[in-house]
Amino acid sequence: MKKKNKTLSILLFLFFAVVVLITMLPLILLLASSFRPGSDLMRFGLNFDIDWTMANLDNYKLLFSGQNNYFNWYKNSLLITVIQVVLALFLSACVGYGFAMYDFRFKNLAFACVLVVMMIPTEVIILPLYRLIIGMGIMDNMWGIMLPYIVAPMLIFFFRQYLSGISKEFLDAARVDGCTEYGIFFRIMLPLMKPSFAAMGIYQGMSSWNNFLWPMIVMRTQSKITLPVGLQSLMSPYGNNYDILIAGSCFAIIPILILFVCFQSYFIEGMTAGGVKG
Amino acid sequence: MEKKSVFRRFLYSQKVAPYVFILPFILTFLIFFAYPIVSTVVMSFQKVAGENTTFVGLKNYKTLMNPVFYKSMKNSIFYMLVSCAIMIPIPMVLATMLNSRHMRAKGFFRSMMFVPALTSVVVAGVVFRLMFGELEGSFMNQVLAFFGGDPVIWLRKPLTVWIALFILCLWRWTGVNMMYYLSGLQQISGDLYESANIDGASSVQQFRYITLPLLKPTTVYVLTISIFGGLAMFTESYLLFNGNKSPNNVGTTIVGYLYRMGMEQNNLGIGSAIGVLLLVIVMIINVIQLALNGTFKKGE
Repeated sequence: MKKKNKTLSILLFLFFAVVVLITMLPLILLLASSFRPGSDLMRFGLNFDIDWTMANLDNYKLLFSGQNNYFNWYKNSLLITVIQVVLALFLSACVGYGFAMYDFRFKNLAFACVLVVMMIPTEVIILPLYRLIIGMGIMDNMWGIMLPYIVAPMLIFFFRQYLSGISKEFLDAARVDGCTEYGIFFRIMLPLMKPSFAAMGIYQGMSSWNNFLWPMIVMRTQSKITLPVGLQSLMSPYGNNYDILIAGSCFAIIPILILFVCFQSYFIEGMTAGGVKG
Repeated sequence: MEKKSVFRRFLYSQKVAPYVFILPFILTFLIFFAYPIVSTVVMSFQKVAGENTTFVGLKNYKTLMNPVFYKSMKNSIFYMLVSCAIMIPIPMVLATMLNSRHMRAKGFFRSMMFVPALTSVVVAGVVFRLMFGELEGSFMNQVLAFFGGDPVIWLRKPLTVWIALFILCLWRWTGVNMMYYLSGLQQISGDLYESANIDGASSVQQFRYITLPLLKPTTVYVLTISIFGGLAMFTESYLLFNGNKSPNNVGTTIVGYLYRMGMEQNNLGIGSAIGVLLLVIVMIINVIQLALNGTFKKGE
């Protein structure tokens, strides 16, 4: 019996080793190719036939040379991600708190609206939204990217769930002590919600950083576009596009991988937050 | 204590505070969701040229009765069905295997499987477009050559296009769905398996009669996100074909056609009609799902 278990262990381990290897293959391929000239890719295709004696960091040097828009895009994406994470966390926390801690008229109706927004793919409304953004005069402006999604239903849902574990008597005690309704939120609740901010910050951060379709529609000026849109624009094989594309793609995921290694559990919690709880 | 103004007292009262808290949502909901929905329905009956709109009745919808739209509809639905069919059983089985008590280094494998989900769809699209390139040296063609096959122009023919799209989907989402299943599995009490062992149930029987039924809530959730994600798929195809222009529309989806009409050809009327149809499909699926969940809901 014991021996059988051991073989099973080894078989499972080997199976997953192969699965993980296949899973990592595209990324390894990308990383390895970032050390060879982009013209090789155009001529021979993306593959592992790399002459390692010729491998160099030229592509990365090109990224940092300032001769292209790469770092502008990086900066734009970083700025938008940071602002959107901060605002979406704060505003959604307010809303989630309102739903979790109070009873008020139309509460169920309002919460049903949250669920409806979660259920309908945002692609359905990109055209009217595009027209609205033009009408508001925020086309080609980072607020045009952020404003429509500044309150995230997913986050509201999560914060409400998180706060539903906290007793309402706690609030009454604070009220008796003379705390205002907003004082309770800022001084007592926000600090209590900190652990959930980490996971939700990562959820929002990943979706802002990787967002593609909407930023592509909103931004028009080449220096103002975000990183994913910029990388996509390099996909046509002209000039040194591929040099920047491959090294730039690597450089776009490396920071996230480092963060992932450090804050793994928050990443997994954040990115699977929609899952059924209990 | 200084006397508070009437307004301040109003704003700080326990009755008004909740509305202040949910105000950000109400505002964005009305401006950036409700209004666009209404306006897309209205536009779908209009010819829109800049600021000028004229009512054209059902003309936009009639225009949609064309082979390209049918094809994009068929593509989206096919993508949705197949992605549901692969993105549920594969992650479920992998999660069950990973959760086995004979498994070593669980944490490591779990994290590695999750890595693709961290890459943006654009980076994934770049790698896959190049891997499935038409050159003889493109990675997938080398793989074919290794098994004695001839190089293929992957992104030209429907069959190979679908293979590329589903491998991309599988690559990016297996880790995430597996994570849902792992957390579902961890909520199943180990006692159940122990008593099943004592009763002499085989592992296959245990999977069939304990794991599978108890994972149902997870499966319902994964199914939901796969349905909506599948129906709204566009970016993957856009990146694989480097634009909204697959040969002979092999990779054109509903949203792709919406984008083509609305954004590329600036025909907001027809684009909106497509949006409305997609909305109707999504609503129908939601209603079906609510009805099913209502009927089979276990007592809570």
